[in-house]
Amino acid sequence: MSGIEALAPLLLILPLAGFAITALIGRRLHKQAHWIPVLAIGAVWLIAMGLVIQVLTEAAPIISGEGEYAVHGFEMHLFTWIPAGEFVVDVGLVIDPLTACLLIVVTTIGLLVHVYSIGYMSHDPGYWRFFAYLNLFMFSMLLLVLADNWLVVFVAWELVGLSSYLLIGFWYRKRSAMLAAKKAFIVNRVGDVGFALGIMAIFINTGAASEGATLNIRDSIHAMLELGDANPIPLFAVALLLFAGAMGKSAQFPLHVWLPDAMEGPTPVSALIHAATMVNAGVYLVARANPLFATSTDAMVIVAAIGIFTAILAASIAMTQTDIKRVLAYSTLSQLGYMFAALGVGAFTAAIFHLMTHGFFKGLLFLGSGSVIHAVHEEQDMRKMGGLGRKIPITYATMLIGSIAIAGIPPLAGFFSKDEILGEAFKFGFYWVWGIGLFVALLTAFYMFRLMGLTFWGEFRGPKEIWDKIHESPRVMTVPLILLAIPSVLLGLAVGLPLGDSTLLHWLEPVFHEAEEILQLPHKPYALFGIDGVLILASVAVAAIGVALAWRFFGVGIGPIRMPSRPEAVREWAARVPFLYRASLNKWWFDELNDLLFIRVGGRLAHAMWWFDREVVDGTVNAVGRRTVATGGGLRRVQTGRVQNYALGIALGLIVMVVSYLLLASGI
Amino acid sequence: MSNSLDTYLILSGMLFAIGSFGFLARRNAISMLMSIELMLNAVNLSIVAFAAFGAFGTTQQGVGVGSVIALMVMAVAAAEATVGLAIVIAIYRNKRTPLVDEYDAMRQ
Repeated sequence: MSGIEALAPLLLILPLAGFAITALIGRRLHKQAHWIPVLAIGAVWLIAMGLVIQVLTEAAPIISGEGEYAVHGFEMHLFTWIPAGEFVVDVGLVIDPLTACLLIVVTTIGLLVHVYSIGYMSHDPGYWRFFAYLNLFMFSMLLLVLADNWLVVFVAWELVGLSSYLLIGFWYRKRSAMLAAKKAFIVNRVGDVGFALGIMAIFINTGAASEGATLNIRDSIHAMLELGDANPIPLFAVALLLFAGAMGKSAQFPLHVWLPDAMEGPTPVSALIHAATMVNAGVYLVARANPLFATSTDAMVIVAAIGIFTAILAASIAMTQTDIKRVLAYSTLSQLGYMFAALGVGAFTAAIFHLMTHGFFKGLLFLGSGSVIHAVHEEQDMRKMGGLGRKIPITYATMLIGSIAIAGIPPLAGFFSKDEILGEAFKFGFYWVWGIGLFVALLTAFYMFRLMGLTFWGEFRGPKEIWDKIHESPRVMTVPLILLAIPSVLLGLAVGLPLGDSTLLHWLEPVFHEAEEILQLPHKPYALFGIDGVLILASVAVAAIGVALAWRFFGVGIGPIRMPSRPEAVREWAARVPFLYRASLNKWWFDELNDLLFIRVGGRLAHAMWWFDREVVDGTVNAVGRRTVATGGGLRRVQTGRVQNYALGIALGLIVMVVSYLLLASGI
Repeated sequence: MSNSLDTYLILSGMLFAIGSFGFLARRNAISMLMSIELMLNAVNLSIVAFAAFGAFGTTQQGVGVGSVIALMVMAVAAAEATVGLAIVIAIYRNKRTPLVDEYDAMRQ
């Protein structure tokens, strides 16, 4: 016990305080508004790293399990949030190896994005507002990964959604940004309904257990597993409800439509929220609830199927997009699909591995694209770029590293994690996941090097006066790029070795041990010169083919490797598969489909319901009111306002009473 | 006519009927107030008669109860007449008429 865990609440307090202070007085700080938020996140990074080292080196105390599979980490109870009889919600933090892995990604990329934003947002009038929102996001995201209670996770889940909404719509005067923000928020609501129902189902299920209802994550999962088939709500349903939430936040088909539009936000936001952290929340959620999913093979297959389908769908769209950020957005979708496919086949560690490596190289690629956009004066269309490699060498070099990493070329980070996903899918018998995954790897390499070719190689296609003014971004932006390039190269080597028995596997095995035991996954020894070697060769080969194809079509210019771009060949090939080309260009018409389903058909339905509400429901109520008024109007004539009419009424009433009394008394 | 309860009650009933008729038939507010007094006195008469013929008990106390109630009614009647006259005078100042069927301010 070193006492560092006492600092853990600061992980939440510092960003929240940074948000509050910046939101209150930020406007007066003008161009100094970044200091408080950046320093807060810097301190958070230091504390987080201290805690992560303690947890991952197993210096931290054991919080559950025993022996080889003991989970080392920190647990602390902060306060009781809702003490309502049986319904008690405690707020606590838990830092186990899974959270530690997330903390590395969230705090490191968070800090670098904060620093990068100092340069990127420097001319924006909403400078202080931007940093306030960023800190709010960091608070929410850290709460999401640290919380030990479903309800608190849900609150954090909504908070990241809120900060995402605020940051997508940061340029709220721009109509498209406002619409994109609303789209993201509304599409996320669809998934969140599932998540909320899932939490309620957990509460009902644990209510049947002996310890009573609980919303604590670990306790509730254990209680539900012990009950097994006796659960009031089948675990299959609970798992799928939680997955619905994950689908919304991690933008999986069919809820993927919001993420590409979210690129309307400033580029640092795209890097931090919509590539490296928030969109991983769904992966984290499924990984956190891993024993729950493991008990239901059907749920696992659905997760894998949706994941791999999203992967190929998004990759196919990324092939033809011309907006540099949109290509990266679809690439993010595709990689998230990989992660879900890995979770679905039971390769939990591989999924988290890919989450980490992807966080770094995709964060790098987004920040790099921001630097490119800055250089060419807010132009995002790659058709108006080209040849930028000569003008902005640091951005070019770092983005090249990112592209190689995501394409899966060894020994960069992406190779290790992607290969682990594909290899495990194959070894666990999910050949279809492996096959599609391999094809997606080819597409990934292709569209990334298409992006590189269109942006950095060949000749500039934009106006000459812009070309003359292109310059490298300031150091405050390039240094984060370089710092992100380092883990993009080394992370795989650092934690992915030795193959088949990696460091990361040792870290995460205690967390996923339970699920793996339930699934009874085959533990074949790693054979570098057998099946595993073949699988590695296969994935490297398709990556290389993808890269080579992209070079042939869109050119290349790395040192001695030179090839001109051939737009006529691109056109020719596009004409050969006109349907696929148009489908990809139009994003498989999903926006149109949603427009048809929800705006046209749904709108008609809503209109019909409105009519029913107006005419039938309101009609009934209004008719009752109208009849009451009419009756009152009729009865009003009784009130003549003449004293003697009333007196007559009294007298007649008296007579009636006396007569009826006399009649009754005489016994008739 | 012997000295019986019926005699008093018949007289009381006649007084009450006259009062009621006056209240319902007369249009003059003052006459109506006077009719009210007549009805109250009819009631008073029957109460006192009941007490005298032992309806509240034959003891001295029982006989006294009737007198007390009658006195109470008189006091209330006096108060009522005062308030009633005050209201009539107030309305008269506005309307310049004592006839109640002209008093239609409450009528919508």
